[in-house]
Amino acid sequence: MHALVAVDWHVIWQQVFHPNNVFFRTLWATVYISIVSQAAGVLLGLLAALARMSRFAPFRWISGVYVWIFRGTPLLVQIFYVYFAFSWPTLHFGFWTVTDAALAGIVALSINEGAYMREIIRAGIDSVDRGQMEAAKSVGMTYGQAMRRIILPQAARVIVPPLGNEFNNMMKNTSLVYTIGVFEMFAYAEQNYSQFFIADYFLAIAVWYLLLTTIWTFIQAWIERRLGASERGDELSFRERLELAWNPMAAWARGTPHR
Amino acid sequence: MEPDGSLGPRYSPQMTELVMHAEDVHKSFGRLHVLKGVSLEVAKGETVCIIGPSGSGKTTFIRCINHLEKIDSGRIEVNGQLIGYRQRNGKLVEDSERNIARQRTQIGMVFQRFNLFPHKTALQNVIEAPVHVLGQPKEQATDFARVLLGRVGLADKLDTYPGKLSGGQQQRVAIARALAMGPALMLFDEATSALDPETIGEVLSVMEELALAGTTMIVVTHEMGFARKAANRVVMMDDGLIIEEGTPDHFFDEPEHERTKQFLSKIL
Repeated sequence: MHALVAVDWHVIWQQVFHPNNVFFRTLWATVYISIVSQAAGVLLGLLAALARMSRFAPFRWISGVYVWIFRGTPLLVQIFYVYFAFSWPTLHFGFWTVTDAALAGIVALSINEGAYMREIIRAGIDSVDRGQMEAAKSVGMTYGQAMRRIILPQAARVIVPPLGNEFNNMMKNTSLVYTIGVFEMFAYAEQNYSQFFIADYFLAIAVWYLLLTTIWTFIQAWIERRLGASERGDELSFRERLELAWNPMAAWARGTPHR
Repeated sequence: MEPDGSLGPRYSPQMTELVMHAEDVHKSFGRLHVLKGVSLEVAKGETVCIIGPSGSGKTTFIRCINHLEKIDSGRIEVNGQLIGYRQRNGKLVEDSERNIARQRTQIGMVFQRFNLFPHKTALQNVIEAPVHVLGQPKEQATDFARVLLGRVGLADKLDTYPGKLSGGQQQRVAIARALAMGPALMLFDEATSALDPETIGEVLSVMEELALAGTTMIVVTHEMGFARKAANRVVMMDDGLIIEEGTPDHFFDEPEHERTKQFLSKIL
């Protein structure tokens, strides 16, 4: 008799501790697609946020329609449409090749992410006191200079925590581009599954996804600590920050001071 | 200060060179007509205090001087330059952002709520604009900033963030930040109104020193003691108009306008 759930520990062990080169290629694909898409998403979100606050009404409308459409439709639909409606080139950077599907996937993920980032960035900018812009202008800064040097650095403290969550989601959402033929981590597991019918390949990549998101949690905590360090006298320790990032409720219950 | 502790002869400027010239300035917020034709001239080296009840338009007026507020009609000139607008086909149109920014470099402003940059230390607050707006070398800007922060009594707080400074200390950093640009005109918008009573004095004494040193200043204030001591001229605003102006002695001892008498009797 089989146990109801039989875990093939051999496969798990091998895939987690002795992965082959093909796996590493797919891991790299997942990582670079996440990073590039998130970075482009932040830029798009910033542009859309600035457009949203523009004095020129058509910019505000475009920004509104953008968010309305891309937050209101499924990411998977967007990925398929972007891939099949346009023809994408395959890019070569030395040893590194970005396939047409990967490029389309990055574009779709970026545009989708930008729509979510717009709200986050706008909330961040709104959180900065209005007097800051006036003070910056009074010493002769233009709007752009004031944004870059005074407003955005302060908004960053508010933007970074939700941005971290977005990136966490992004790393997991990249698995969707498997559907248009990008050979990334999920595609690797799926391919092995359909060859050997061993579901543990999925479990193994789940471990890898978990590893990626956990590493990110640490990086995020470090960034947040650095951003918050300057202006607070009652600075949290690194451990408290991690705890806060990891489990805010528990940190709160233990009486860790927070903003 | 004089050896006997008095403030010495009041600095008397040559009333020739105009630094600020406002003419028939009108401003409305929606249906609310806030400025109803304000005209004022300020000469080089002069300290002008603007007093008046809240809602009289004093703050709006000095915010118009560096174009933080647009004006509906009239004109404001600083150092002979039209502020915020340029003439095109005989009509005034708003100037480009870059030009307005350049004009503001010669107008220092101190806000009621300090508005220091909280992510920068006192020193960084002061050198920010000289370095990134005027393009001064960082060493030069830092040297001057040290002098200025020393002058406002904060030589030991150079590397302190605003969050760790008292209100009075923050406001003195804000004054140094404005002075660092080498402005032709300093505007003070109720600079002591948001301060604890015990720190008001330290800010006022810095402002008095500036006035005595011949800085051209327009000061919106409720501090009548300061106006009497440091001002060359006191201006009374009420309901969007300047209703009376004169030397402090004349103004406080024998005001002419009924509204001024009424206001002073309430406040003194």
